[in-house]
Amino acid sequence: MIIRSTVLAKFGDNIATEMIASAAFVTSSKPDDLGRIACKGIDPYFVEKMKPGGVLVGGKNFGCSSSREWAPVALKAAGVKLIIADFFARIFYRNAVNLGLPIVECPGICQKLQVGDTVEVDLEKGTLKIPGTGETLKISPMPLFLIRRLEVGGLIPELQKEFQKR
Amino acid sequence: MNITEKILARAAGKKRVEPGEIVQARVDRALFHEKAGPGFFENFESLNTPIWDKDKVVVVADHAIPPSNVYSANCILETRAFVRKHDLKNFFMGKGICHQLMAEEGFVKPGLVIVGADSHTVTQGAFGAFATAVGSTEMAWILAKGSLWFRVPEAYHILVDGRLKEMVFGKDIILRVFGMLGMDGATYRTLEFAGSAINELSIDGRMAICNMVVDAGAKNGIIEPDAKTHEFLESLGVAGGEAFRSDTGAHYAKTFCLDASRLEPQVACPDSMDNVKNVREVENVKIDQAFIGTCTGGRLEDLRYAAMFFRKQPVHPDVMLVVTPASNRIYKQAITEGLIKTFIDAGAMVTNPNCGACGGGGMGVLGENEVCISTASRNTKGRMGHVSAQIYLGSAATVAASAVAGQVADPREIL
Repeated sequence: MIIRSTVLAKFGDNIATEMIASAAFVTSSKPDDLGRIACKGIDPYFVEKMKPGGVLVGGKNFGCSSSREWAPVALKAAGVKLIIADFFARIFYRNAVNLGLPIVECPGICQKLQVGDTVEVDLEKGTLKIPGTGETLKISPMPLFLIRRLEVGGLIPELQKEFQKR
Repeated sequence: MNITEKILARAAGKKRVEPGEIVQARVDRALFHEKAGPGFFENFESLNTPIWDKDKVVVVADHAIPPSNVYSANCILETRAFVRKHDLKNFFMGKGICHQLMAEEGFVKPGLVIVGADSHTVTQGAFGAFATAVGSTEMAWILAKGSLWFRVPEAYHILVDGRLKEMVFGKDIILRVFGMLGMDGATYRTLEFAGSAINELSIDGRMAICNMVVDAGAKNGIIEPDAKTHEFLESLGVAGGEAFRSDTGAHYAKTFCLDASRLEPQVACPDSMDNVKNVREVENVKIDQAFIGTCTGGRLEDLRYAAMFFRKQPVHPDVMLVVTPASNRIYKQAITEGLIKTFIDAGAMVTNPNCGACGGGGMGVLGENEVCISTASRNTKGRMGHVSAQIYLGSAATVAASAVAGQVADPREIL
């Protein structure tokens, strides 16, 4: 799976799911409704910035705290095509992949990437290219079965394929 | 192997597992609540397949019940419809918080693999089970297949020896551990607790410790089952399970030692669970709200210690105190012991057992710049309401002391 896109927003460390999708703003579980309130408490212009569709960069422990799936649903609905972070909290990692939202772990990346940078990520090869600087970085390997899951659009499409065959 | 590795090996049908290995493990219990359910119901139905084993599924409506808004009401209705459609017998509505009910209603045994669509599913590690959290969509997989993939975690050994002082509890132990590890310090790890101070803890204290491991990023927390565990389970009529023990020489990536006898009451300060200090170092922080409740700190032991403060002094006039017992069983016992009357006479608002104020869903939402001290597990910005609200976390004794003092207070100073 290869993704080429542009960084449209960048956050720091320990971004909790409570801040990505605050209970105070959630009035429905529908993706479009969640997309409208994505990261409202962190950056009121986030949804506007993400509208064209692009990359969100985070630091350490992205998506920590609550297991709520509203968080990756909101981000995907707001236009996030790929999240690159130093590392992800484990429940968020699983949730994002299950929802078909590609994620990449690359220690130190938060220092390296800025809004406006383009990136090219190859999940199978395990590389992240930054054409602007000519760098190619190694990303933390993702198990192949999870890459395949992302390729079909997430856990539900994968399960639907399997159960429709029966 | 350590205890977690043994449980996963057995569940995966393997003789041995190594940290980092990916295994497919049979699931013994699947748990979800009314806020997690609606996220996957439609998707599960689209698979047109029956639930793998209905007896192993536990559904609890606990997050915002009775509901305070239409969204919460609809979540409960959708959950009830799913339960009816699939004839799920293990359904609890408004009887308490799911993690407390899992234990009280006899769904937990040592050695089981317990997966829940809620972070604090990890609480059940207190009984020597492997208990971990996933998101809503993953629950569709579990219901269809009855198994799940796991990467076997590296384990940290947290050895706590010595005797806890008065007014120092399991909650203070886990807060101190957080201060040591940091919010991401246990990411993907097992936190295995052992030592004389852990052995001395009541079941309530052990549950409080295991409950919070997820908030340092851990995959699971675990304590080897012992006579106390078996006594507790027997009192519920629960038999069986497999009490695994960590082998001498089992591998731990790191070992941390804590001297319980030197531990003071702790408080996690805004805005993160690892911003931990001795309570006595936090001076002159006036509070607007105090909250005693949740799957972290709403158990009988918590209510008993809190009541000790309110027998002597009322809630400070500038403080709103909300008490939310973690289950009806605890609530009724607290009534029998006169604790509920003590809280009410002191000026508290006592609510029905549910998650309540913890997640900002109701029963104690925080307003702009409001300051709250709570027995819950989380104090991230926006957790309990407005993003500007400030949340301190402590034991029930610390919260009660603060409710009386009108500011963050060391329980040893107040009683």
